[in-house]
Amino acid sequence: MSIGIPVERMDGRAKVTGTAPYAYEHQVADPLYLHLIQSTIARGQVTAIDVAAAEALPGVAAVLTHHTAPRLAPDAPAEFRALQSGEIVHHGQVIAGVVAESPHIARHAAGLVRVTYDARPHDVRLRADHPDLYTPDMVAIGAPADSATGDTHAALASAPFRIDQTYTTSAMFHSPIEPHATTAIWADDLTVYEASQGVHDFTALLAQALGFPADRIRVIAPHVGGAFGSKGLARPHAVLAALASRMTGGRAVKVALTRRQMFALTNHRPATVQRVQLGADADGRLTALVHDAILSTARYEEYVEWVATSSRNMYATPNRRTTHRAVRLDVQMPAPMRAPGEAQGHFATESAMDELATAIGMDPIELRIRNEPSADADTGLPWSSRNLVECLRLGAQRFGWAGRGRRREGDWLIGTGVAAATLPTWFKLISVAYGPSHAAVEHVGNGRYLVSTGASDAGTGARTALSQIAADALSVPLSDVDLELGDNALPRAMLAAGSMGTMVWGSAIVAAAGEFRRLHGTDPRPGARAEGAMTGNPHTERVTIDSFHAVFAEAAVHAETGEIRVPRLLGVFDIGRVVNPRTARSQLIGGMTMGLSMALHESAAVDQHVGAVVNNDFAGYHIATHADVADIDAVWLDKPDPYANEMGIRPAGENGVIGVAAAVANAVNHATGVRIRDLPITPDKLVVSRFAR
Amino acid sequence: MTRTNPVLADIAIHVDGDKRQLSVDTRTTLLDALRDQLGVTSPKKGCDHGQCGACTVLLDGRRVVSCLALAVANDGAEIVTAQGLADGDDLHPVQQAFLDRDGLQCGYCTPGQVCSAVGMLREVQEGWPSHVTGDLAAPVELTDEEIRERMSGNLCRCGAYANIVAAIREAAE
Repeated sequence: MSIGIPVERMDGRAKVTGTAPYAYEHQVADPLYLHLIQSTIARGQVTAIDVAAAEALPGVAAVLTHHTAPRLAPDAPAEFRALQSGEIVHHGQVIAGVVAESPHIARHAAGLVRVTYDARPHDVRLRADHPDLYTPDMVAIGAPADSATGDTHAALASAPFRIDQTYTTSAMFHSPIEPHATTAIWADDLTVYEASQGVHDFTALLAQALGFPADRIRVIAPHVGGAFGSKGLARPHAVLAALASRMTGGRAVKVALTRRQMFALTNHRPATVQRVQLGADADGRLTALVHDAILSTARYEEYVEWVATSSRNMYATPNRRTTHRAVRLDVQMPAPMRAPGEAQGHFATESAMDELATAIGMDPIELRIRNEPSADADTGLPWSSRNLVECLRLGAQRFGWAGRGRRREGDWLIGTGVAAATLPTWFKLISVAYGPSHAAVEHVGNGRYLVSTGASDAGTGARTALSQIAADALSVPLSDVDLELGDNALPRAMLAAGSMGTMVWGSAIVAAAGEFRRLHGTDPRPGARAEGAMTGNPHTERVTIDSFHAVFAEAAVHAETGEIRVPRLLGVFDIGRVVNPRTARSQLIGGMTMGLSMALHESAAVDQHVGAVVNNDFAGYHIATHADVADIDAVWLDKPDPYANEMGIRPAGENGVIGVAAAVANAVNHATGVRIRDLPITPDKLVVSRFAR
Repeated sequence: MTRTNPVLADIAIHVDGDKRQLSVDTRTTLLDALRDQLGVTSPKKGCDHGQCGACTVLLDGRRVVSCLALAVANDGAEIVTAQGLADGDDLHPVQQAFLDRDGLQCGYCTPGQVCSAVGMLREVQEGWPSHVTGDLAAPVELTDEEIRERMSGNLCRCGAYANIVAAIREAAE
C-alpha cells in the first residue's frame, strides 16, 4: 500500500533548488514583454488615449488599446473581454498594454501613454443599509439564496437566551507568491504557459474569448506558485498576451502581473456584513438560528458567495432562516478564495455560538455537542459520516481544554477558544459545471507505468498523492509509477477547486487503472493503455458527504498595547482517509496559517474617494509571516468515508482555513473579555474597546 | 525630458560558479538580469519591492533581495542561488532539511527561503543579534523565536512556516 505513507513530495528536489519551471520561466526564443496599463478611475469612460510617444519609443513592438486590440467573442465572460471598449467598470481595470523588447522598455512606454477619462460617480462601499441591496437568484455555488423552516420570530421572542450580533469581514486577497503570469506564442496554433490551477477549464475560457478552436490551444502548467482560487479563470493578461503574440507575428510574449496589479486584477474574497441571531433554551439547545448575510458583488458581473449555506445543516434547530443579499459595487468581481463563503460565514456563526455559550454559562464544546444534528437538515439526508463531536473531544484532550481559565503572565492576558466547522463537498458541480475528469494509464515497459491527467498541483501535493493512489490502484510499487499533470494534452480533468482535486482526479485514476487491468491484465505489453473517468458520485442522492473539523486556539493579548499573539493552534479534522500524511498535514497547517492571517492581519484599505484598494502591496496588506506563527498543528481522525470515493477520502485542504478566525476571536474574548466582531482583530480595536468600557 | 534609448553597461558576474558577461540596461535589477537575461530562474520574483523575499540570493556570501539590487552596481559580484547551493544531486543540508520536513508547498518562495536560511545561519554564527536577541554581547542561541524573527522577510502564502522553522532548526544541528 502506498496510500497512508508520508512519501516525500515528488517535486521537492526541483523546488528546493528552484529548477521547477513556473509560467514566466519556460525558456522561449526571443520573447517580447507585455506591461499592462490600468484605469485610474473606478467608473466611466476612456475618452482619449494618446499612445504616440509610447509607440515612438525604440523597442516598442505594439501598443494595445480598445481601438487597436482584436475583437474578442462578445459572449465571453466580461472578466476576459479586455480592451473591447472604453468603458471603465472598476479601478485598476486594464485599459491598454505595451509590448516591447524588454520589460523596462515596456514599462517606460506604459508611462508615456496619456489617458483622458469621463469619470462617473462610483460606489465601492459595502454597507448593511445600502439602498440597492437585492436578493440574488442563487448564490454562486448554485444553492438558493434563502432558506426558512419553522417560525424563527416566535422562537427568538420566547427563547430564554438570545444572541443578536453583526459580524463584518473585509475583502481579502489571495496573494499567491507567484504573480499571475503568461507566456503566449500564437503562430498558427497557440501555446500558452500559464499560472493556472486548471489547464482544461482555462483552455475552454481562452478558446471562447479568442474565438479560436480549443484543440489548437496548448496550455502547459507543470508548476503553479500558489493559487488559492485566484488562478482558476482566464484573465485579461492571458487574453492580451495571446493577442499581443498574434499582433507581433507570433513572437513569444511574456507577461507577469506586478504585485500591485494583482490587487486589482486577480479578484478577491468578498467583504461581508453578517447578522446572526441565536435562540436557546437553558439546556443550550438551539431553538432558532438566523444567519443573514450581506455581501458585495461587481456591477458588471455577478458573483454572490455562499456565506450562510453552512448554517443550513451545521447545527440542529427546529426554526431556521438563512438569507443572502448582495449589492453591486464598482469593484472587480469577487471570486472564490480558499474556503470561499465558509471562511467568512463560520467566523460569524462560530463567534455567535461562543457568545451564546458565555450567555448560558455553558462550556462552548458542550454547547456544540448538544446541537449536533442527526441528519443534514438542508436535504433531510443522513451524513455519510460525521465525526465532529469526536474532533471536539479529541482536540479538547490534546489541547488541554479542561479547566480552561484565563490567566495573566506579566503584561500578557492569556485565554483559549474553540470553533467547529464544516466544509461541504460540491459533487453536484461535476455535473453542472466542471464535467467529468479523466485519467490514462499506460504501460511504458519493464513494469513501469505512466499515469496522466490534466490535473494541477499548485502546492497541494496532488502530484505525490495521485502517484500513491495510482500505485495502489495498479497494485505496483510507487517507484514504478510516473505521473504527468498540468498539460491540456493530457486527459481532460477539472480545475483544482473545492478541495476536490485529489478525490476527483484520484477516482479517475482508479477507474483508468481498473480499465487497464480489465483490458490488459497483469502482464501487459509495452504501450498498452487505458482511460477512465470520474463522472460523479452515485451516493449523493442518499447521503450528504461533508468534512468537519474543530480548531483550538490560545491567544495572548498585551494588556497595554493590545498586541495579539497566538502561541498555540490545533486543528482536528474529520476528512476521511489521508493519502499522504506529510503533504496533507502541510496543507492543513498551511490553511490554518491563512486562517490566522485572516483573523489578525488581512484587511483591504479602500479609498472611497478614489475607489481603489490603496494598501496594495505586502507592506500595506500584511499576510502572516514567520514571526506570526508559533505552535501550529493538525491531526485527523483517519476514518475513511466509504461513500466519498474508492479511496475513502474527503475534501481536505480548505478545512484548515475555516474555523481559525472564530477560534482566535473566541480566545481573545476569553483572554480579555472583549469581543471583536470585525475582522481582522487588531490591537487598535482592542485598545479602543478597553477605553470604551 | 524623455530619454528614448536605454543606457547600457557591460558587466561580468559570477553566478553559481560560472562567470557570465552581459550588457545590461542600467535600470535592470540583479533579479531581472538573472531571470530575463541569463535564464537563471531559481530566484523568483514575487513583489519586486523587497517585501516578500522570494528573490533572495547570496551575494558575496550575504543574503540580499536581488530585486532591490541594480545589476550595474554589482559588476564582479559573486552570486549563489538555491540552484548553486546544491552540488549536482547532492543537496545543501538546508535544502535536504526542507525536503525532510516538507518545508514547502507550491515551491515559489522556496529558493528564497533556502538562500535566506543559509545566509541567516551564517549571520547567527558570526554573532549578529536580531530584534529578539536578549543579550547582545553573548553568542546567539538559535531558538525558534530567533529563526522566526530572522526569516520574517521571506513570505510563504501556502503557510509552510512551521515546517520551514523545523527544517532550519534541523539543518543547524
